[in-house]
Amino acid sequence: MTARDNIEDIETIGNPNVENPFISAKNVNVHYGDNHAIKDVSLQIAKNQVIALIGPSGCGKSTFIRCINRMNDTIDIAKITGKISLDGEDIYSKELDPVILRARVGMVFQKPNPFPKSIYDNVAYGPKIHGLAKDRNELDEIVANSLQKAGLYEEVSDRLDESGLSLSGGQQQRLCIARTIAVNPEVILMDEPCSALDPIATARIENLIDELSEKFSIVIVTHSMQQAARVSQRVAYFHLGRLVEVDDTEKVFTNPSHILTQDYITGRIG
Amino acid sequence: MSKKNLSLSTQQKVRKSLSSRYKKETLFQYFGLSSLSVGIIFLVIFFYSVLSQGFSAFTQTYISLKVDFSDNLVVKNNKIDSIDSNFDAIIRSALRERFPEVNNRRDRRELYKLISIGAVYQLIDHLDMSPGDVGSREILSFPTSSDVDMYVKGNIDRKLDESKRTISNNQMMWIDELVEKGEIKMKFNSALFSNGDSREPELAGIYSALKGSFLMLFITLIVSFPVGIAAAIYLEEFAPKNKISDLIEVNINNLAAVPSIVFGLLGLAVFINWFGIPRSSPLVGGLVLSLLTLPVIIISSRAAITAIPPSIKEAALGVGASHMQVVAHHILPLAFPGMLTGAIIGMSRALGESAPLLMIGMVAFIVDIPSVITDPSSALPVQIYLWADSPERAFAERTSAAIIILLGFLLTMNLLAIYLRKKFERKW
Repeated sequence: MTARDNIEDIETIGNPNVENPFISAKNVNVHYGDNHAIKDVSLQIAKNQVIALIGPSGCGKSTFIRCINRMNDTIDIAKITGKISLDGEDIYSKELDPVILRARVGMVFQKPNPFPKSIYDNVAYGPKIHGLAKDRNELDEIVANSLQKAGLYEEVSDRLDESGLSLSGGQQQRLCIARTIAVNPEVILMDEPCSALDPIATARIENLIDELSEKFSIVIVTHSMQQAARVSQRVAYFHLGRLVEVDDTEKVFTNPSHILTQDYITGRIG
Repeated sequence: MSKKNLSLSTQQKVRKSLSSRYKKETLFQYFGLSSLSVGIIFLVIFFYSVLSQGFSAFTQTYISLKVDFSDNLVVKNNKIDSIDSNFDAIIRSALRERFPEVNNRRDRRELYKLISIGAVYQLIDHLDMSPGDVGSREILSFPTSSDVDMYVKGNIDRKLDESKRTISNNQMMWIDELVEKGEIKMKFNSALFSNGDSREPELAGIYSALKGSFLMLFITLIVSFPVGIAAAIYLEEFAPKNKISDLIEVNINNLAAVPSIVFGLLGLAVFINWFGIPRSSPLVGGLVLSLLTLPVIIISSRAAITAIPPSIKEAALGVGASHMQVVAHHILPLAFPGMLTGAIIGMSRALGESAPLLMIGMVAFIVDIPSVITDPSSALPVQIYLWADSPERAFAERTSAAIIILLGFLLTMNLLAIYLRKKFERKW
């Protein structure tokens, strides 16, 4: 039996732990009904760091990041066990309201999903519901700031009243990023943010991720090895619900330890 | 070489099968086209028969008569006393004056029958409006009786034997003379829109039924729309997915298929017998129709909610909106046009519904115009049913006219629904 087949008792290799972890997942298991989607995953994520989750489709990377902001709560059949803490606080404890958690952990989705509202209202929505702005001027400022940080302000500053849906795909995704950072979260989860975008729009978003990592911790799921290599400091490789290997990006791409990781990054599986 | 042969034979096979494939397509197209034409033909026949019969009801024949207000009127305290005054006599004398040659009693009685009995009320109204006319002579036009109206409109065959006609030879002669002199004219039949029901066709109108229908629809809308939307949102967004919610869902879908008369029975038992709501009132009718439209609204509202892409919901949750905020800020506004469309379609179904109203006493001869929701009233479809049942020839055209009016409202409501759907249609 080779290491390729013997997936059931894989121990994560590499360095799942970091000094001063900001997010810390311990023995996380996720079941969707009978489907055991995530198996015993432990992973720590540091502050102001970009970690890329890679792996073939259906390996559980998206499920894992949706655990970090409790987005899986919306799925009735999802059952999550184990412990995830954010800055030392258990996010699945009963006292923690998912609303507060999601204000701290923002999320950018695979398909750009602006609200069918104006560009301004899209960005202002988060601050409005959380009461972050005292008055209209302050809200204007937050909107302009967020759009600037998302690198979209110059393109849309003269048409903030137009529908967010009138923008191009890449612009829409940056609008979604602006919407996320308008709430000033501590972590941004990105679920394949560039999979629906062309190379130029992708490059802009990747540059943006670089800039954003100075302020936020970023967890990005991606199918593009190049993207993982370009934007992340650490890479975690998932396979069939298990975290197979996690290490510094350079180490994983130049010298992967596990045979499955090797297979994946050389294009033999995936 | 062999490869070429193979590809050739494949092509030949394709070509061979092609003609039979096209034949099937043409056959199907003809089948579809013919079923469509059958439908259209029936529709055209239906519209033609209704329109051709009903349009003449929108006009009514009027006789111009010179009436003498100097006699037969009793004035008390500067007001005309409507009890002691003899308005009948005023009209009769005007008729006698117009046809002085008629002097035997029987002929005179026939003569008086030319004019509708409603002419008296018209006189009273006229004198109320212009009391200065007392003592003078005025030319007024009065509605004719429905038999005269039918005769003028050509609905009575003059070649029939006199005993088989509702109009006598003498009457025919007088009418012909009046028509020739231009003293009988067709006017817009405003009574049709301003009067309640009546035993006299020329006085019968749909106003009470129309108002009853609208009061009922109003009740239906304010009861079933909010309840339907709330139920749909709860079922889609908040209800736990378990056996009970499945059961409720199946039941709601079944409820939409329950024969409407059953809802009438329910209304009779619950609303009238138990709650004691006055029968034949728009209130009880509206409540019964709400039960009828509720499943339609719930089903279409749920469809509108499920049509919203989940990504919108996720986006709102992702920035930290609570579940209720997601519903209030995103789901409800986005689904609202769809919900509204469903409600309008439900309303138009309710407007055309008559069976449940039979059970709650709305099939009644109601002359008064309902002013509040607890007044006895009729409804448009019920009025159509009542008129269709009446023996007078003139009610036939009024039945068709009422159908035209009902269809007009239904069409308007459905067009509104289509317009709203098109206007708020979103593309994601």
